[in-house]
Amino acid sequence: MKKNTEKTTHLKFFGIPKLLPFLKPYRLPMIFMILLALGGSAIEIIFPKYQEYAINNYIADGHLDGIWVFGATYFALLIVKIVMDIFSTYLGTKMEMNIGRDLKQKSFNHLQTLSFSYFNRNSVGYIHSRVSSDTNRIGSLVSWYLLDCIWNGTYLIGALFVMFRTNVKLSLIVLAVIPVVSVIVAFMQKKLIATNRKIREMNSQITGNFNEGITGAKTIKTLVAEDKMYDEFKEKTEEMKKHSVMESRYRGLLWTTLNVASYIALALVLKVGGDLTREQVMIVGTLSLFMSYSIGIMQPIRWVINSLSQLINIQVNIERFTGLLETESDVSDSPKVIERYGDMFEPKRENWEELRGDIEFENVSFKYPDGDEYILNNFDLKIPHGTNVAIVGETGAGKSTLVNLVCRFFEPTSGRLLIDGRDARERSQLWLHSNIGYVLQTPHLFSGTIRENLKYGSPDATDEEIMDALKIVSAEGIIERSEKGLDTEVGEGGDLLSTGEKQLISFARAILCDPKILVLDEATSSIDTFTEQIIQSAIVDVIKGRTSFVIAHRLSTIRNADIILVVRDGKIIERGTHRELMRLRGYYHSLYTQQYQAEAMAGVFADTSK
Amino acid sequence: MNKNKKSNLALIGVFLRGCTHLFVICIIASLLSSLCELIMPKIISFTVDSVIGDEATHLPAPLMSLIDRVGGMEYLKDNLWIFAALILLFAVLMGVFKYCETVFNRKGSETLVENMRNKLFSHIERLPFSWYMKNQTGDIIQRCTSDVEMVKSFLSEQLTSIISTVMLIVMSLFFMYTISVPLATIALLSIPIIIGYSAVFHGKIGDKWEECDNNEGKLSAICQENLTGVRVVRAFGREKYEVDKYQKQNDVYTNAWIKLGMVLSLFWGTGDLISGVQVMAILIGGTVLCVRGELSVGDFIAIVSYNAMLTWPVRSLGRVISEMSKAGVSIGRINDIMSAEAECDAPDAVDCTADGDIVFENVTFSYDGSAKILDDVSLTIPKGTTLGILGMTGSGKSTLVSLLCKLYDLPEGCGSITVSGTDVRNIKRESLRKNIGIVLQEPFLFSRTLGENIGITFRDPAAMAEEIKEAARAACLDETIEGFTAGYDTMVGERGVTLSGGQKQRTAIARLLAQKTPVMIFDDSLSAVDSETDAKIRSALREKTADSTVIIISHRIQTLMSADNIIVMSGGKIVERGTHDDLIREGGIYKRINDIQSSGVDEEEVGE
Repeated sequence: MKKNTEKTTHLKFFGIPKLLPFLKPYRLPMIFMILLALGGSAIEIIFPKYQEYAINNYIADGHLDGIWVFGATYFALLIVKIVMDIFSTYLGTKMEMNIGRDLKQKSFNHLQTLSFSYFNRNSVGYIHSRVSSDTNRIGSLVSWYLLDCIWNGTYLIGALFVMFRTNVKLSLIVLAVIPVVSVIVAFMQKKLIATNRKIREMNSQITGNFNEGITGAKTIKTLVAEDKMYDEFKEKTEEMKKHSVMESRYRGLLWTTLNVASYIALALVLKVGGDLTREQVMIVGTLSLFMSYSIGIMQPIRWVINSLSQLINIQVNIERFTGLLETESDVSDSPKVIERYGDMFEPKRENWEELRGDIEFENVSFKYPDGDEYILNNFDLKIPHGTNVAIVGETGAGKSTLVNLVCRFFEPTSGRLLIDGRDARERSQLWLHSNIGYVLQTPHLFSGTIRENLKYGSPDATDEEIMDALKIVSAEGIIERSEKGLDTEVGEGGDLLSTGEKQLISFARAILCDPKILVLDEATSSIDTFTEQIIQSAIVDVIKGRTSFVIAHRLSTIRNADIILVVRDGKIIERGTHRELMRLRGYYHSLYTQQYQAEAMAGVFADTSK
Repeated sequence: MNKNKKSNLALIGVFLRGCTHLFVICIIASLLSSLCELIMPKIISFTVDSVIGDEATHLPAPLMSLIDRVGGMEYLKDNLWIFAALILLFAVLMGVFKYCETVFNRKGSETLVENMRNKLFSHIERLPFSWYMKNQTGDIIQRCTSDVEMVKSFLSEQLTSIISTVMLIVMSLFFMYTISVPLATIALLSIPIIIGYSAVFHGKIGDKWEECDNNEGKLSAICQENLTGVRVVRAFGREKYEVDKYQKQNDVYTNAWIKLGMVLSLFWGTGDLISGVQVMAILIGGTVLCVRGELSVGDFIAIVSYNAMLTWPVRSLGRVISEMSKAGVSIGRINDIMSAEAECDAPDAVDCTADGDIVFENVTFSYDGSAKILDDVSLTIPKGTTLGILGMTGSGKSTLVSLLCKLYDLPEGCGSITVSGTDVRNIKRESLRKNIGIVLQEPFLFSRTLGENIGITFRDPAAMAEEIKEAARAACLDETIEGFTAGYDTMVGERGVTLSGGQKQRTAIARLLAQKTPVMIFDDSLSAVDSETDAKIRSALREKTADSTVIIISHRIQTLMSADNIIVMSGGKIVERGTHDDLIREGGIYKRINDIQSSGVDEEEVGE
């Protein structure tokens, strides 16, 4: 998937039809922009005519009659052109940014509806660049490249028109150079784009090497592999240099071609036009006009070709963008459900029933959308409200599967999940989620203040309620220690707080919404024992009266759970209470023994160091 | 600490080594191409005035005699193609020089960047381990990438473009002055206005750019946080809130750019106006002069061309000048890395001979003056024996082996560590590490194939397939590897398979076994492997490492029990030492832990 990101694709009409709905709101400014560009370019074509006029009239005839009118009109045209240019570039920015914003918003909104299988399949970096860079590229296509194309295209056509009106023979000479130039430029442009792609690739490889050299430093040192790493790195930088120098060759050739072509046209004009002038068929001012055009016409050719090749390249971005919008969620509410309970953005809370918290798996089979193996097979489990369910197993054994189903992050492949006796699909996702409190293993906070984070799940909570929730998890200390109290900024991802503090805040956040269903994913990262004690005792209080799922890593903490599910290699292999499972002397028993020993060992050392 | 810190300028000198001549060639080429470009209006004006028109010629004498020799002006008038050919000749020459300028500039700048990257990389590889602990990976990488780019664009684009633009300005003004003093003065006067206006503007607009960048960063962060926190968003049902938050920032971001866009449009417009007025002044002034007979038509056309040539280079010069200050910051940031002190051996350091005992004598150590990690540790590991170390996290056992490998230097007066009688302080690092292999607690694998990872210390891993397989077998990894479709060619890491903790550890063990060092250290390197595999690996190890001195650090008594000597560490001290049987007999910590590990858990005991 990552490899294919830069492949060129071919869409119908370059994918433009798919963008039309996004362009429609801006058709007026777009038309204005195009008209202004046409106007600006037209005036640009007129300017060489002034030089011709000056030479043919004033200089040839040796008078200065009307030079003030001549100057005034020139100045007026200049002002008009500049005003037009200012507005057309301003409109260009506006179009670029507004369309970019709409595309971003649309894709961001759509992401909120996509199911977890999409997020599991694609990395955050990949999705993020769909939202930001693809939309930016498309934005610049419909503004700048379009503007470039129109401006330069108009200039080309206009200049040719004026030239043909003035002198057909000379015009044909200039015209003859254009196709040759176009072919060469198009070829070079293609080469340039391909080489640039290669350079970008090399660049990310070099960054990767730096990364490996830094994060793997200790290992590299112990293996004495510095020289080997350096040699390999040198190979990369050398290859990078090779490609980059190659790129400059194409760039240089492109420039040289354009310029030599301009001067070929000029030389031809000088020869043929010179003879015509000497024969008195043409005046010297007209000769100078043609000389100006033959130089001026080549750069616009380049920009028109550049715009066209960008259009071809941006197809990839268009395809990826529309691909994102066309991705459908695996989990969605039926129209009937939406009608009664509202959708994500406009919920109909008045129709929401109260949730009690009885959960039942009825003959559920499940496999992940991107997996082949069934993880649950005809699984049955009744969880009456208020039950404390513990899920245990080694890291990576697939302990979150059950929780994913309860939260409707995934739907059962077959069978039913019943909530309060009714199929979960009969009510909206938002209804269910509004009743769930979720504490993640690695607590995730958002940039903003502590208050904003705490109120995340319950926007209407008062400061009093917030403080109560903090007290339940014994986290009021964090607020007291912070200078600005609840208004303290937590930084990006909550990085200004310690892991333990983040844990407590995310715990309080879950409690604040007074959820009927509580999911706790225990932290694996070691927080200090004191904080852990606090959290453990808070858990006991908080789960009372709620249906709770605890994904446990420390088995000593879940001995009192009403039911323990033991997961190995994704599958539930044992279930029962702690006592039952210990008597079974199976996998749970051995897991428990291991942890017990480790803790006992720590105890022995702790004793001796006192 | 920074006794070898160079000044930023000296550092630039170091980086520029081997590419200055390329930049010189580039500047010369640019000079020549400008000359060719400047000659052409001259040819055209001569052609228009004296060949097509009938103005008297005022060429230098040698050129006149040349013209006379080919047949005088009449001949030229009938053979206009000569001038067309001349134009073409200079156009081609200009193209060639311009091509050389582009290519040599790139060659120079790429050599420069290659130099910088290589120097940085090799320096970073040689920095002591403690340096990595103090600096963040992201920050180092940023310095090695964006700051390097910044310095490159300063030296290759800005500096050379300033030189060649200034030369172009001087030369074309010179040509203009030879044609018409008043018109050249108009052109000259406008240059400082345009450069100054654009430099001041770009300097001022810096804040606005920054504001836009910041807003873009914020928008990115919201999206990023939403994606990484997708579980929280969904579980709390806060999609609408997220959408609103994104929309708000999206608007702020968009409007900031549009505002900047408006300012920029005005700036460009004003720039266009200044150049437009200047062009107009020369057009009208030239016309008036022509009419008064002070200027010929050809010269008029030539001066208009010269003026047009100046417009863009002059306008871009202002931007270049305002951006130059950024490069100074970047070179300073690179200098921070380059001036960090690298690991270096004592001048009289010797090669390592690992055919003797390893002795720790009264070793005391702490990191940067914090609490003691090792406290007066003395220990002898006779050659060919196995030492087992038992201890909790933070007991100092990993530090002990890090000191042995000189990942950290043991300061003077803190005891000594000797290998075969030589103090490690006097042994060459490289030689020492080649003799002492280590498997780290959290093994690091390189993003290449499994086979290459195991054989990383071989000069040519492809030729050592047998040795690699042999090592994998001993580490109980062969079956796992053969289970992958690509076998030993399976890529590890981001672009390939993700290995479990145990598989990573076993790969690292195989890597050490392939290395066949006389001293081997296993730092808790079987922790993620189940006890069955652990036993298998250990028996294979015993065979493989029969002659080697081995240090095994572990929590498992089973792993340690067959060692010749076992020490128990706690709080930086050796609290117990002896063989398994000794320690069991003594009845200390070791015995208690052994008891815990050998007895199962009685469900009655732990039930309630």
